[in-house]
Amino acid sequence: MNLHEYQSKKILASYGVPVPEGLVAANPDEAEAAARALGGTAWVIKAQVHAGGRGKAGGVKLVRDLEAVSATAAAMLGRPLVTAQTGAKGLPVNKVYVEAGSQIERELYLSLTLNRERGRIAVVASAAGGMDIEQVAHDTPEKILSVTVHPAAGLEPWQCRQLAFGLKLKGDQIAQLQSILAALYRLYLEKDASLIEINPLIVTSQGRLVALDCKLDIEANALFRQNEMAQLRDVEQEDPAERTASEHDLNYVSLDGDIACMVNGAGLAMATMDLIKLEGGSPANFLDVGGGATAERVTAAFELILSNPKVRAILVNIFGGIVRCDLIADGIINAVRDVGVRVPVVVRLEGTNAEAARAKLAGGSLAITAATDLTDAARKVVKAAKAKGARS
Amino acid sequence: MSILVSKRTKVICQGITGRQGSFHTEQSIAYGTRMVGGVTPGKGGERHLNLPVFDTVRDAVRATGANASVIYVPAPYAADGILEAAGAGIELVVCITEGVPVNDMVKVKAALQGSGTRLIGPNCPGVITPGECKIGIMPGFIHKPGCVGIVSRSGTLTYEAVFQTTNNGLGQSSCVGIGGDPVRGMNFIEVIELFERDPKTEGIVMVGEIGGSDEEAAAEYIRRHVTKPVVAYIAGVTAPAGKRMGHAGAVVAGGKGTAADKFRALEEAGVRTVHSPAELGSAMRSALRGSRGKSGAAKRKGVRVKKVRLRAAKAKAKRKIKRSVRRGARSRRRARR
Repeated sequence: MNLHEYQSKKILASYGVPVPEGLVAANPDEAEAAARALGGTAWVIKAQVHAGGRGKAGGVKLVRDLEAVSATAAAMLGRPLVTAQTGAKGLPVNKVYVEAGSQIERELYLSLTLNRERGRIAVVASAAGGMDIEQVAHDTPEKILSVTVHPAAGLEPWQCRQLAFGLKLKGDQIAQLQSILAALYRLYLEKDASLIEINPLIVTSQGRLVALDCKLDIEANALFRQNEMAQLRDVEQEDPAERTASEHDLNYVSLDGDIACMVNGAGLAMATMDLIKLEGGSPANFLDVGGGATAERVTAAFELILSNPKVRAILVNIFGGIVRCDLIADGIINAVRDVGVRVPVVVRLEGTNAEAARAKLAGGSLAITAATDLTDAARKVVKAAKAKGARS
Repeated sequence: MSILVSKRTKVICQGITGRQGSFHTEQSIAYGTRMVGGVTPGKGGERHLNLPVFDTVRDAVRATGANASVIYVPAPYAADGILEAAGAGIELVVCITEGVPVNDMVKVKAALQGSGTRLIGPNCPGVITPGECKIGIMPGFIHKPGCVGIVSRSGTLTYEAVFQTTNNGLGQSSCVGIGGDPVRGMNFIEVIELFERDPKTEGIVMVGEIGGSDEEAAAEYIRRHVTKPVVAYIAGVTAPAGKRMGHAGAVVAGGKGTAADKFRALEEAGVRTVHSPAELGSAMRSALRGSRGKSGAAKRKGVRVKKVRLRAAKAKAKRKIKRSVRRGARSRRRARR
């Protein structure tokens, strides 16, 4: 689960990590009032969206004139911001964060996240802050410093020193970094974060280390014990179809193609998308209905799929393990009828009673085609989608 | 022979009185698995599915001699369940539970290091040796005793590989679903190592997916150490970057963990890859037909094979010593009591 910058910084501050003073605003007047309250002569207006790349997309503006604050906020609020990370539709800007300007001497990079290879939390730092860190890692891997933390020992002072000297920090900046890192590690564990990224962590002209930006992600699987974090969810930043899916316990990801798929199991769902592509089609979504594939879930899944107007054909691919295929077939037939599916549906069912299931699917009057195997299913659905496309 | 589980494996179920635990224990019993009991704290002394229920794993191990445990408890308690099983000296813990917090697994992984416990999962279908022992949620009837070892990060894709190798007559030695989470117990390499040593396994099917670099690591391992033919498929070629595809671990992050990279690494290691999951079975069959006796990889590096065997023998001897040391420690503990 992603948090907004203003939410993340509030949490950071509560852990004692220095952040610039700032106030959140939902309209231009509030933004101007915020700037007045903060005082000073320069402010940064930042669009609050769940995506990076805001600066290049015009979502971060430096304003040196109090009168310009509300106009700048007005230009951002109420319209989507399209960045390199948001997709073409962009994300809605419902809030801006007004922050006191900072005097920047150096820009560093700092993050805590899981190192999958080691199975441990890693602290990553770089002197090349304020840039796309993935690009830095790719072009100049020697500029990336990293330590991994043994969970029993915790983040140790020597590891912090190693990073601090690696970043060429001096004097009491080393102690500052150590206390920031200790706070971030504590935050990571206590709030079940999956990512804390501070880019940039600046050194001010007074020699202070300050978190100028912050991206904080909370692990969705841990929200059962993170009520306070769960309250911070902003559903308006989520894809509407993906939001509906999560309400029905379905795993759904929107894609750009025109062939929808409904599959049980995440791996098979990905494989089904790949097969559609391999046969010359283009998948409209990833959808995992889970192991059970009950009638209610199948119905909800069809409704979800059809909420996408681009869909020209549907491929249902179920490997019925413990659940009998003929029962799943009944569920599919009912759902297709009840939901009023008007695009061709190709169904591949395998497992217990698959023969009976195929007979049922073929016998009905609905536009359902039974496929004999995976490849056959993919071919049939690609053909159906192309035929439908040619007609419409 | 087979790997990890056999007719002799004695299994308990943690969370046996819950809905999932109950259902799948029944299925396992019907398959012929030697289920010897279950654990539900507070229900010790009761009987469920005609099996004794215990309050703690330790009680269950003492009373039944169980050496494997399968966990169906809800995600908030799963890590605790794994550590309890390890603490009771269970050799193989299979955690089916989905949605275990990563930070819990980081702790579990560190705690299990150096212990005698092997963990499969979490968020996995389990492990099966066809005709002998089924631990997990896979449909038993699609399996058939045979010569292919299957290891996979995905449940239903494992079933695809199983189904195809059953239909083309090869059958399976053992199948291991290692699970879709980013931090898990056994990984490709550990399972492939066991398959390489298992005399009954003639070929290995490996099913990976986007996210992380475990397939790349496995490719390197296969290149160095594996003489049996390996067929691999990676799911998620069409998955968009930055999106989690159902499994917690299935995400392309920062340009890393793409299906294309994994395919490339496997192909460079001499692994036969297929770009359609429908071809796993046929590719395995033709790989085995071409290499009955000695595999292509083995021919190329005959000397290396000998070295590997020597290494394997050494490792075996080491394990024996470790085991006896453990046994010694255990009996010393007992003596103290």
